[in-house]
Amino acid sequence: MRSSSLILNTAALAIVPLQLMFSVFLLLRGHDEPGGGFIGGLVAASAFVLYAFSFGARSTLRLLRVSPRDILAAGLLFALASTIPALLSGQPLLTAHWWQFPLPGETYLKLSTVLIFDIGVYLTVLGTLMTFVISLMEVRE
Amino acid sequence: MMLLAVLSGFLLAFAVPALRRMAGQRIGWLLALLPASLTVYFASLIPSISDGQTLLLKNQWMPGLGISLDFMVDGLSLVFALLISGIGTFILIYAGSYLKGHRDLGRFYVIMLSFMASMLGLVLSDNLIAFFVFWELTSITSYMLIGFNHEDEEARKCALQGLFITAGGGLVLMAGLILLGFITGSYSFTEILASDLRIHEHGFYTAATVCILIGAFTKSAQVPFHFWLPNAMAAPTPVSAYLHSATMVKAGIYLMARLNPSMGGDALWSSSLMLFGAATMLTGAYLAFSSTDIKKVLAYSTVMALGTLTMLIGVGTELAITAFICFLLAHSLYKGSLFMLAGALDHETGTKDITKMGGLRQSMPLTAAITCLAALSLAGLPPLFGFVAKELMLDSLLKAPLWSTGLLVMAVASAILVVAVAGLVAIKPFFGEVRRTPKQPHEAPFAMLVGPAVLSLLALIFGVVPFVPASVVLDAAVSNVYGSSVQTALALWHGVNVPLMLSGASLLIGSLLFYKWGRLQPNLYAINTAGSRVGPEAGYFRFMLGITQVADWQTRLLQNGVLGIYLLILVLVTFGLTGYTLLTRHGFELDFDFSDGYFYEFGIALLLVASTLFACATKSRLGSVASVGVTGFGVALTFIHFSAPDLGITQLLVETLTVILLVLVLFKLPSFVNLSSPWERYRDLAVAVFAGIVMTQLILAAMDIRFFDSISSYYIENSSELAYGKNIVNVILVDFRQLDTLGEIFVLGLAAIGVYSMIKLRAEDQKRP
Repeated sequence: MRSSSLILNTAALAIVPLQLMFSVFLLLRGHDEPGGGFIGGLVAASAFVLYAFSFGARSTLRLLRVSPRDILAAGLLFALASTIPALLSGQPLLTAHWWQFPLPGETYLKLSTVLIFDIGVYLTVLGTLMTFVISLMEVRE
Repeated sequence: MMLLAVLSGFLLAFAVPALRRMAGQRIGWLLALLPASLTVYFASLIPSISDGQTLLLKNQWMPGLGISLDFMVDGLSLVFALLISGIGTFILIYAGSYLKGHRDLGRFYVIMLSFMASMLGLVLSDNLIAFFVFWELTSITSYMLIGFNHEDEEARKCALQGLFITAGGGLVLMAGLILLGFITGSYSFTEILASDLRIHEHGFYTAATVCILIGAFTKSAQVPFHFWLPNAMAAPTPVSAYLHSATMVKAGIYLMARLNPSMGGDALWSSSLMLFGAATMLTGAYLAFSSTDIKKVLAYSTVMALGTLTMLIGVGTELAITAFICFLLAHSLYKGSLFMLAGALDHETGTKDITKMGGLRQSMPLTAAITCLAALSLAGLPPLFGFVAKELMLDSLLKAPLWSTGLLVMAVASAILVVAVAGLVAIKPFFGEVRRTPKQPHEAPFAMLVGPAVLSLLALIFGVVPFVPASVVLDAAVSNVYGSSVQTALALWHGVNVPLMLSGASLLIGSLLFYKWGRLQPNLYAINTAGSRVGPEAGYFRFMLGITQVADWQTRLLQNGVLGIYLLILVLVTFGLTGYTLLTRHGFELDFDFSDGYFYEFGIALLLVASTLFACATKSRLGSVASVGVTGFGVALTFIHFSAPDLGITQLLVETLTVILLVLVLFKLPSFVNLSSPWERYRDLAVAVFAGIVMTQLILAAMDIRFFDSISSYYIENSSELAYGKNIVNVILVDFRQLDTLGEIFVLGLAAIGVYSMIKLRAEDQKRP
């Protein structure tokens, strides 16, 4: 399935990158403001779905470069990896670890296992939805 | 040290694949080093326990649950441990030769070593739960070993039968052990045995006894569960020799002996042990006599021995317990040996049928000599240890406090049959005229004879000087089973007395029976075949058939493939139960208060209702999907209105994507047809309205009742302090309740894989012509 609408195709080319950037923005700011890995993943998935509706499943797969199922697996691995620091330091599983790095100015870079976990959620959601959509679209083609 | 000794089998099992590549054909000898050194280790413990002490070695396992890997070493467990490691040594050597060049030899050794470790754990565990874990491990390894030739359907069936019986009994045993722990307040054998609690007077005593005995009876192949043991002979012979005669089937016997001081002395305990034991003894002896397959003959005679052992525990006098320990040792020695020899015969002649063997002593002289020695012990002839054990048994039955005559008659009858069986095993194949066998017979290789030779010689030595093993370890074991210190006075020769005369008589009649066997056996076989139609094994098959029929029936009833019915049942059950609880606990609520609502809230509510109604009423699928989407957006609006932006955004996105997915699916569906009858539609409507009412009432009730303080204040207070985040929703998702999220994304992943495989596999099916 691919759309023959010129308007949709042109708009998709402009919107998809913006939407992807927005999804990362949502992911990163999620801990303090509305957002987070789940929402970010949904936004990213809808960006790719938009692309798929305009240019078809096959070109979407080319754009993704990796199979959606690999994205899904990578997400689960990220989520699991975030549990390792707590294990290594002998704390209960899933205890969060934080590392703060000062940046120029009054800002800090906050990194944490929680962020790694959130990236895992983001990728899992993205991978799951893309698996659904791409396989459904491929059946139609 | 003890922990390592018990678990070393598991560890070595991991190394087998690598070792097999290194050691090649000699792997049997290499692996046998482990049980050999274990034997030495256990033997080194003899001095510290022979004066009746108990060693307790504590290891933590799951301290929170009161489960530990504590090991206890006393006379009884040490006798078993020595048998397991000692016979195990020869079995591993033997198997290397018996299964020489077999493609799955590595797998065989992996399971065999795991079994050995489990069995050691079983007899050495002090904790009831750890004991049970090892018990089940032996059942599972036994299953894998019976089904070792897994390409043979018969072997698979027999393996499954053994597993169902022993593991089913294991479940009952678990209930029994938990009841026992409940009665005594302790899950430790030593504590249970040491406490002077009156277990018999407790209300749960009967239940616990019955459960434990069912577990022990299934494992130790007592009537009516005996039929799995002969079927287990589908396993390679080393397995039969090790698991199904010398060690695993004695696990039930071990358990009964172990608990005898605490649970024994009661009418229920001793009468059921005597009854079932004696019945098993006679059944086993008779079936052994009427079989022609040499392994089946030996298997049934093992059933006979297991029955005898059970009966002796039931009799429970000092003399009977002494006979019990002696019989246990004697049986393990001669039966392990005889099985290995039977395997050698099978291996060299290519048949297991004793009617097809004859005169083999010329081609296999060594095998013949060792078989005769072991069979003498089986028949209970001097000067072998089997004689000592049999005399003690007859003597103890003579002096039994209860049912002395009945037990004695049954014991003598089975002794007669066993003499004939010993003839079948030792004389029939090796003497008489030479018969042609499928393979040209040769003497068995050294690795296959060393084990039987050593075991038979031990039986001979123990027979001549029975006081030596007695003073070393048997006395301690007898004391452990009897419950107080016992000094045995074992001797080969007791002078001419009643037991000796009974032995002589049984030898005479047994020889006569053996002489007539050729004419008797076919008739007996015909009787057995006719009888098996109503026997316990037929019951087993009927039971299994019943299970599949019930499964069939309930699948057709509950999982008939109509999605609507599934939903109907789910909704009805869920809301029926919730509604009932709600109605009885809270009551029905009818006063709605709309006074503080704003007009746009009514607007949202109206939108929700309208779109839902439209979704139900429309005949266009696309319209239905779109209006369900509108419902979703309305819900999102509600979230945002009540200041939950995260939920709102999520709801919006999910709604959008759901509509897209549904649209994609819609193209695949056939056009809309009205299939359901009006009655069905009204039924569905009624169910839906019911669910809606219950849900509304539930929400109203949830807002009214507060059983405890809401947890949200905790999250609000601690979110930025403990989790360094200001967005509480996200902090809950990825920090406070991270485990939930972790589980959920795995569910998500599984769903994706499920959908993918469903679509892909279907698509590929359709491509095929």
